[in-house]
Parts: sequence; C-alpha cells; structure tokens
Amino acid sequence: MSQIIDVEHLNYRYPQQAADQLTLTDISFTVAAGEWVAIVGHNGSGKSTLAKNLNGLLAPVSGKITIDGQVLSEQTVWDIRRKIGMVFQNPDNQFVGATVEDDVAFSLENQGIPRDEMLSRVAEALAQVDMQDFATREPARLSGGQKQRVALAGMIAARPQILILDEATSMLDPEGRAEVLQTIRQMKADSDLTVLSITHDIDEAANANRVLVVNDGHLVEEGTPAEIFQHGPALIKMGLDMPYPERLKAALARLGVQVPATYLTEKGMADWLWQLRSNK
Amino acid sequence: MMSKLIFGRYIPGNSVIHHMDPRAKLLLSFYFIGIIFIANNWPTYVLLFAFTLLAIKLSGVKWSFFINGVKPLIWLILFTVVLQILFSASGGHVYLQWGIITISQFGLINGVYIFCRFVLIIFMSTLLTLTTPPLELSDAIEYLLMPLKVVHFPVYEVALMLSIALRFVPTLMDETEKIMNAQRARGVDFGEGNIFQQMRAIVPLLIPLFVSSFNRAEDLATAMEARGYQGGEGRSKYRILKWHGRDTWATVAFAALTVALVFLRA
Amino acid sequence: MAITFKQVEFTYQPGTPFETKALTDINVTIPDGSYTALIGHTGSGKSTLLQHLDALLKPTSGTVTIGDRVITPTTSNKDLKSLRQHVGIVFQFPESQLFEETVEKDIAFGPQNFGASEADALKLAAKMLTLVGLDSDLLQRSPFDLSGGQMRRVAIAGVLAMQPKVLVLDEPTAGLDPQGRLEMMEMFARLRHEQQLTIVLVTHQMDDVANYANNVIVMDHGQVVKTGTPQAIFKDPQWLAEHHLGLPKTTAFAQQLMARGMTFDEMPLTEDQLAAALVKQLPASMLGGGDHDE
Ligand SMILES: Nc1ncnc2c1ncn2[C@@H]1O[C@H](COP(=O)(O)OP(=O)(O)OP(=O)(O)O)[C@@H](O)[C@H]1O
Ligand SMILES: Nc1ncnc2c1ncn2[C@@H]1O[C@H](COP(=O)(O)OP(=O)(O)OP(=O)(O)O)[C@@H](O)[C@H]1O
Ligand SMILES: [Mg+2]
Ligand SMILES: [Mg+2]
Repeated sequence: MSQIIDVEHLNYRYPQQAADQLTLTDISFTVAAGEWVAIVGHNGSGKSTLAKNLNGLLAPVSGKITIDGQVLSEQTVWDIRRKIGMVFQNPDNQFVGATVEDDVAFSLENQGIPRDEMLSRVAEALAQVDMQDFATREPARLSGGQKQRVALAGMIAARPQILILDEATSMLDPEGRAEVLQTIRQMKADSDLTVLSITHDIDEAANANRVLVVNDGHLVEEGTPAEIFQHGPALIKMGLDMPYPERLKAALARLGVQVPATYLTEKGMADWLWQLRSNK
Repeated sequence: MMSKLIFGRYIPGNSVIHHMDPRAKLLLSFYFIGIIFIANNWPTYVLLFAFTLLAIKLSGVKWSFFINGVKPLIWLILFTVVLQILFSASGGHVYLQWGIITISQFGLINGVYIFCRFVLIIFMSTLLTLTTPPLELSDAIEYLLMPLKVVHFPVYEVALMLSIALRFVPTLMDETEKIMNAQRARGVDFGEGNIFQQMRAIVPLLIPLFVSSFNRAEDLATAMEARGYQGGEGRSKYRILKWHGRDTWATVAFAALTVALVFLRA
Repeated sequence: MAITFKQVEFTYQPGTPFETKALTDINVTIPDGSYTALIGHTGSGKSTLLQHLDALLKPTSGTVTIGDRVITPTTSNKDLKSLRQHVGIVFQFPESQLFEETVEKDIAFGPQNFGASEADALKLAAKMLTLVGLDSDLLQRSPFDLSGGQMRRVAIAGVLAMQPKVLVLDEPTAGLDPQGRLEMMEMFARLRHEQQLTIVLVTHQMDDVANYANNVIVMDHGQVVKTGTPQAIFKDPQWLAEHHLGLPKTTAFAQQLMARGMTFDEMPLTEDQLAAALVKQLPASMLGGGDHDE
C-alpha cells in the first residue's frame, strides 16, 4: 500500500505564541491509502491544529507534509485541498449555501465543474446520505445528524481521496452519531477513501485501523485500537473513554476478582464470563 | 423572537407569482414604486389598488400578512400624513387656519394620497419578499449588478456575502434568543425599566453575540477555504435563473398599467 | 422546591404558517430534592419543557406550579425575578453567555441583578469559583482567555451564585473530553449534596442517567411517555428503542449475557451493580486473588 499522507518532523506555533513555545512538536507519521486512522487526545492537545496543517489552513514552522506524492507548499496547496475533505465539529458553522443542495454544490462550484455535471453529482451525493428529500431545505432547520450528513454529502460530491473528520459526531445524539458513522463506512466501502477521524468517542475510535494519541502537541503513541484500549484507566488521560469491558474488569477487580490483563472486546468479555460461570 | 419577524419572511407557495423569475419580480417591484408617482387622482389610485390586490390574490398569501406589514410602520405613516395635512400648500376650501397651520381641502386630499402611496409600496414590497426566497433575491441582485464587473466591482464576492448573510439570519436569531434566555435566567429584564436600565441590559446580550458571531465567521472562513474557495474567478454556478413566458406577461401587464395610468391621470 | 405541570400545552408561533406544537398535555412532577433526568429523542420537546421551569416560556394552556408560584398563560412577565432566583438554568454551551471583563464580575452579575450589593456579590463569586473546582487566581482574568472547560465552569458558577434551589442542566457535558465530562458530572453530584439542590438534567448519555439520577422523565413527540426510577425505565429495551433511546452500557452488556442464558434478579445499570451480581455467580476460586492485580 502506498503512503497517502506522510508527515515528517512537523512543528507548529500560533503567531501569538512566544518563540520558545510550540503547539505541535516534532510530529511524524504516515497513513496508507484506504486506511482509517483515529486521532485522539484531550481537549486542547492540538488535534485540530494538526488537521489544519495537513491541508495548509495553517502553515508549519518547520517540517514536511506530503499528500498523495505532492509536497505541501504554496504552489500545491489548492491541489491538495481538492484531495482532502474536512468535516468540522459544529455543523452550524460550516454551511455556506442557503439551501442543502447549494451547499453540497459549493466545492464543485469552486472547482469550476460544469453545471450539468454538478447537478448529477449533487443529486447522487444527497442520495448516498439519504437526504435527497431535503435538497431545497435550509440547513439551519435540520437536526444535528442531518446537518452532518449534508456536510458529508458536500464531501462525497467533491470526491476527495482523504476525509478528515474533526469531532464530526461530538455534537450529535447517539442516534445521529450512529447515522454519520454508518454513512462514513458506506463511503469507505464505495471508494478507496482514507479516513482520519479526530474523536473522543471510543466507538468511533474502535472503527479505525490505527489510533494516534496526541498529548500536549506531541504524538505519544500509535497502535491498533486493541493495543491502545489495553491502557485501561490511562485512556481517560488520553482523551478517550474506557472501553466497556475495561470498565467492568476494573469493577470486578475492585471486588477481588482475578481478571485477565489482556484487552478483551465485549464479545471476548462475555465469552470469558460465560466460561467462568460454566466452570463453577 | 422569530414570530415578530413574520414581516419580510418568505412564505413557501406554488402560485404564478412564486414561480416568477426573481429578476422580473425585483425589477417590476422597483418599477411599480416609480409609476405610483404618476397617479394623481382617484381613478388612478383605484386602478393601482385594484392591480395590487389582484397580484396579492394571485399569490395566494393570506391578507393578514400584508396588514401586518403595514402595522409596524403605521406611526411613521400617520406622522407623515398629518404633516402633509397640516403644512401643505393651501387650496380649495379651508376648514381651519391657526398660525402656520392650515387644514385645507387640498391638504386633506394630499394626505390621503400619501397614505395610499405608502400602503401600495408596502404591499408590493411585502409581496416580493413573501413570495421570493431570499436566496433567489440575492441571485437576482447578483445578475442585475453584473454590468458593474466592467468597473471591477466584486460582484461575485458581494453576492456570496449577501447569500451567506441571509443564510446566517436564522442562526443568529436563534443565537440571540438563546443568549437572551440565558441572561433572563440570570435576572436580566429586557425591555423593562428606564432608558438607562434598558441600555445596560443590552451589554450582556451584545458582547456574547459579537463573540459568537466572530467565532462562527472564523469557522465558516476555515470551512470555505478547506473546500477550495479562492474568490469568484473561475467558479461555475449551480443556480441559474430562467425567464419564462409568465415573466414576459407580467412585464406586459405592467406596461399596460402604465399606459392606463397616463391616460387616467388628471 | 417541587415543580408540577398540569395539562400543559405549548405552541411556538401560534397563528402563523410556522406554528409548531412542541408540548402536548404534560402532567408531571419534579419532586423536591430529586435528581431528575429528562431524556428523549432530538426534537421531543426537552428544551421547551425546560424553559417552562423558569417561566422563560409560559404555557399556551395549563399551569406550571414552581414552589408556591403558579404560572398560567396569562401570568405577567413582571416580577418573575424571585422565581428565577430559585431556579437556575445552565443552558447548552453556557460559556457563550459570558460577557464581563473579569471572571469575578461575570459570576457576580446574577446576584447583583437579584439585588445583592456589589461587595456581597464579589464575595459570593470567589466562593463559587472554588465550588466549581477552579483556582481563585482566575478571578481577575478575562473569561475569554480561559480554555473551553474552564469557561464552562465559570458560566456554571455564575448560575450557582444566584444560590438557586433547583439547578437545571441542558446537556452540560457536550463537547468536553471524557475526563472533563466525568469531572463535571461528579461536580454536580457533589454540589447537590453540599447545597441541597434539586437537579434536572437533560442528557443523551444513558450512562449518566444510570449513574446519577433517581427519577427519569421520558419524552417523545412533545409528550411525557413515561416517568419512573432508572430501574423501571431501563427494564424494557424494546420500548426504549421504539422511542429512539439507548441503554446504559452495563444494561446493554447484561442483555448480551442474558441472551446466553445468564439471569439477574434485578437489571444492572452500572458496572458496579453488574460486577456485584456477577461475583455471586462466579466460582469461589476466582475470588480473593484480586489483591495481587490491583
Ligand atoms: N487560533 C488560535 N490561536 C492561538 N492559540 C490557539 C488557536 N487555536 C487553538 N489554540 C491553542 O492551541 C492548543 C491546541 O488547540 P487545538 O484546537 O488544536 O486542540 P484540540 O486537540 O483540537 O482540542 P479539542 O479537543 O478541544 O478540540 C490549545 O492550547 C489552544 O488553546
Ligand atoms: N423557537 C422555536 N420556534 C419554533 N419551533 C421550535 C422552536 N424551538 C423548538 N421548536 C420545535 O419544537 C419541538 C421541540 O423542540 P425542543 O428544542 O424542545 O426539542 P429537544 O427535545 O430539546 O431536542 P434536542 O435533543 O435536539 O435538543 C421541535 O419540533 C422543534 O423544531
Ligand atoms: Mg479540536
Ligand atoms: Mg434541546
């Protein structure tokens, strides 16, 4: 698999920061095409700053970012932005269009796509997130889950290779969250999309192939969800919840039960308990 | 909050008027305001009213919306009318004279005419906004400003600004309501007490509103840039405007109205 | 202070094409001293109901009794202050209501509106800041220089400073990381005991309902469809799913175990309850060794 994202020794500081302070310090990682990577970390650890560096919304102090073989620079930034779709946390602040269809068309208009093609791509994208009946509605009057699906439709229509979700589900209720995750899984199944999802949600992180942990601007760990989830109570410090089996293990341990040290999925936990009981 | 702002809001519908090209509606509304000034006697005003009421009837929008459109402006209208009655040049029968104040027959008639003009203008502009989605209006404005591109007027940018502003109106109204509620819960009385107290109550509303608007604007700018917006050049357009037969007919109707007015005026 | 709804209906923008009926025939009591969770699908009317607790909205018909005050459709907007002092509402994203130059002044704003002297209000502000777990160095800072979580605590302190008897919270942990969420929820539980508060919590997090509430009101389509203890509410997963609601993680996991044939005398809602129930069913050989692990 080829590397679609390659970040080498990235340092970033906001203009108003003192010269000896950094918001991101020496970050390096790669992401393979078609991978789903979750980025976790507590509030203010630098996740959004990292995401904005990837498509040149913020310019690093030093370091090299390569997206799909192109090194990010002033010359390539617009090409690179076409390759990356970003969905943000607050659905209300990312709509440009006054109606759902206008908004979905916005990226296409920016690329100068002919109108006939736009019409079909917008319709297709809305159908894919099951919002075709809402095409002429005002985005402000939709539910949170519907808003984020419209934002995703805007990305689908633009056909990026990389999708970055910056806490795209954090303002939603559990049902809206599930809807959005389902849509993303669908998008990934339909094309060879690379997904980078910034999240505090353990279920969203569990969907990923790999998890990167950011802490105070440093990349402190990376691993598969199972490897990362093994940290148990320390996960809370990493800006993630504890997976349910870990919470139950901790509760059992408090009552004096010997519990396995390895990470168990919910099913694994249920198997283990069932087996124990049967041995009684 | 929202409920008070019914005036000037779009009411979805399926009438001929709703389906007209927004450019035609916008231009004809302006044109109408112009030709009102041709009218100078009863027959002409009656004709204008008949025309306006017919247009309203065609739109299928309830009468009450138009009455509500006049209500907030009623004091301003009455004030102007009274000034006109009291201070306009005298002529015809004089009913009362007191210093510089004269109430004459002409003054009274003029007052009534002015009242009619106000009502006609409000009815017609209300009809425009009630039957045209704001977005279509901004499209129409963009189109009509297009000639200014020659003098390097940023038509695209202005149109985009306008449509974003329109798109944020409901969001900002909700936001205002939320902040007002939060501050009410902390003991603020909006709209009570003397002027000084009322002014003071505005601060806890305005500052949070500014802060959140700035944050929203920043988020929106980020989202637009991330989606590849680099200014108006080289963009294609999703929305296009179409001129239909009904728009031509409406134009013809207005032309006929003008001719009739010219014939009927004194 | 108990709050009682009798046949309350509420319609937004009545008599216009935008008319929306948001509450239908609400009959419900929030008992004094309870920790009541208000749950329901988005758009079910939770926020609308919540604004009736403070007379920010008045019923279109029916009555709301707050302590000894009765709010009817015709209640005047004047002299609602004494009522609003007793019911403190923390709206969603309360940090967006901050406006003063310093944290201290912002917290003191509420009490001053209710007639406290400036000196008393400032004293109260210092006390409330520590109550919400922030350092008193922050008093003179601008609220806009704080982190999101700190700003939220300041806003909550601003509501607590009115010394309400009922504290109403509309999704108070939205947008915080899990650590912040946990700290915030623990803080409310502590405040409830320290200040003898009645708490009303609107939330989508069923785990918070299971962990903290003792009374639950379920809404759907503008109606109250069920009230009861968390035990009673979470007993019927199918019914909850029909109303677009989930289960606490523990209950969902217990369901998996039950599907395999395990049984529980009482439906477990928290991991500690489940652990206790499991211990009873596990072989004795597994017990007692836990000390080595911890
Ligand atoms: N525009 C800005 N100017 C200056 N400092 C900023 C700006 N945006 C963020 N910061 C600071 O940079 C740090 C990292 O912020 P960032 O938004 O990247 O965190 P995050 O991990 O995305 O947090 P969250 O989980 O809250 O979204 C924080 O300390 C924050 O205060
Ligand atoms: N200001 C308003 N004007 C008109 N209708 C409104 C207004 N506020 C809410 N509604 C409508 O009233 C109904 C109930 O809304 P409410 O905000 O009380 O729901 P909620 O249960 O708080 O939802 P959520 O979980 O999404 O916060 C919804 O149908 C909503 O669209
Ligand atoms: Mg962030
Ligand atoms: Mg709500």
